[in-house]
Amino acid sequence: MIMDDLFRVKVGLAEMLKGGVIMDVTNAEQARIAEEAGAVAVMALERVPADIRAQGGVARMASIKRIREIMEAVSIPVMAKVRIGHFVEAQILQELGVDFIDESEVLTPADEEHHIDKHQFKVPFVCGARDLGEALRRIGEGAAMIRTKGEAGSGNIVEAVRHLRSVMDAIRRLTVLPKEELMAESKRLGAPYELVCWVAEHGRLPVPNFAAGGIATPADAALCMQLGAEAVFVGSGIFKSEDPARRARAIVKAVTYYNDPKKLLEASEELGEPMRGLDVSRLAKEELLQTRGW
Amino acid sequence: MRIGVLAVQGDFAAHGRILQQLGVPWCEVRHPEQLREISGLILPGGESTTMLKFLLEEGFWEPLQELARRGGAFFGTCAGAILLAREVTNPRQPSLGFMDISVERNAYGRQINSFVDRVLSPVFGPPPLEMVYIRAPIITRVGPGVEVLAEHGGYPVLVQQGRCVAATFHPELTNDRRVHVRFLQLAEAASAR
Repeated sequence: MIMDDLFRVKVGLAEMLKGGVIMDVTNAEQARIAEEAGAVAVMALERVPADIRAQGGVARMASIKRIREIMEAVSIPVMAKVRIGHFVEAQILQELGVDFIDESEVLTPADEEHHIDKHQFKVPFVCGARDLGEALRRIGEGAAMIRTKGEAGSGNIVEAVRHLRSVMDAIRRLTVLPKEELMAESKRLGAPYELVCWVAEHGRLPVPNFAAGGIATPADAALCMQLGAEAVFVGSGIFKSEDPARRARAIVKAVTYYNDPKKLLEASEELGEPMRGLDVSRLAKEELLQTRGW
Repeated sequence: MRIGVLAVQGDFAAHGRILQQLGVPWCEVRHPEQLREISGLILPGGESTTMLKFLLEEGFWEPLQELARRGGAFFGTCAGAILLAREVTNPRQPSLGFMDISVERNAYGRQINSFVDRVLSPVFGPPPLEMVYIRAPIITRVGPGVEVLAEHGGYPVLVQQGRCVAATFHPELTNDRRVHVRFLQLAEAASAR
């Protein structure tokens, strides 16, 4: 496991975001609402995932003008998404000075076989994962933060729960395996052996493990935290709801007090209508975003 | 003696692991009434705007002032240092004002300007203190009662005033325990009173 100064600084920023909420925003006004609500960072986007899903077409890195407008509007870290494998979009965002890059399945992949070699960059990357093998492959490539893929833009928590449980179960399993079984496990997971050994020894991922994809309510956010996530991303769930400012504040509160039902009740009261949401099991296979990347 | 770690958001778990290793009784603080049971509070790294809103909305402000009045010790790292300062800029925001320092947020720039460095502190002596700076603030002014424990690039980065210690870097992300031990001695003095 490479833990040089550069990687420590990248993971360091991810550490600072723990216990917080990272919110998708599409303009300066939304970014200010998010910051005012207590977001620890914002994700600058051209369209939220629910709109990407509805409108179709090729989804690319957001326009520079839009990202810059958001960077100028807030003092908290600003993240932005690049297409899977599109290392030139990443070079451009690093030059722009964004604080974190999300190599994201929400955008249309640029490379169906290879992800970005993230060790080549000074800016940290977050990547999505559905299981431990996928998480460790991304960390092997240099990701400084892992998030569940969930099913972005669905407003349905079921996939994030599936992915979170899958990652956490596999971690727990590794901690009880005898050392001689770890190589076979590494082969089975399709994950680097050194990282498999690291997880077996420490009982956690070597980088922060966040939840994303379908979080729409304070209860959804707290559910992810109780299942072992260390922070949450909320995409369409805030600005596709009836009262975004109030919902944003409530989700922030729910993440801090994820284990406190009294506070969770307070956070869940008088929220207005949530985003409508989709039944993921009725989506056609080609409509799923989570199967992009491997 | 019991130490609290403000557990709103940020790297509070990293501070907790250190207290655990040092065998110090400690708790995560999420409710203002918990402040009555501790003799020292750690304000961790994270986003100062997020923590500030939480402290204001959840009724922490007065109980924190009360802890300071009864001589409690405070240790702020990065965002925590911002909360302890008297004056905060870039942009201006309220702060607790327990230390007579002025702090400029994100003063080194954005994340690509974050770095690790090793600096010898005349107070702690060798080996050098390992300093992890993440979107760090800069202390632009220290008042007369403030002792500078370490500097980097001509700016104070580790300062103490009475029972308050502030670092613009993250000792909790290194294996060096000397800064935490110094804070614990101050908290020990507070609980002995």
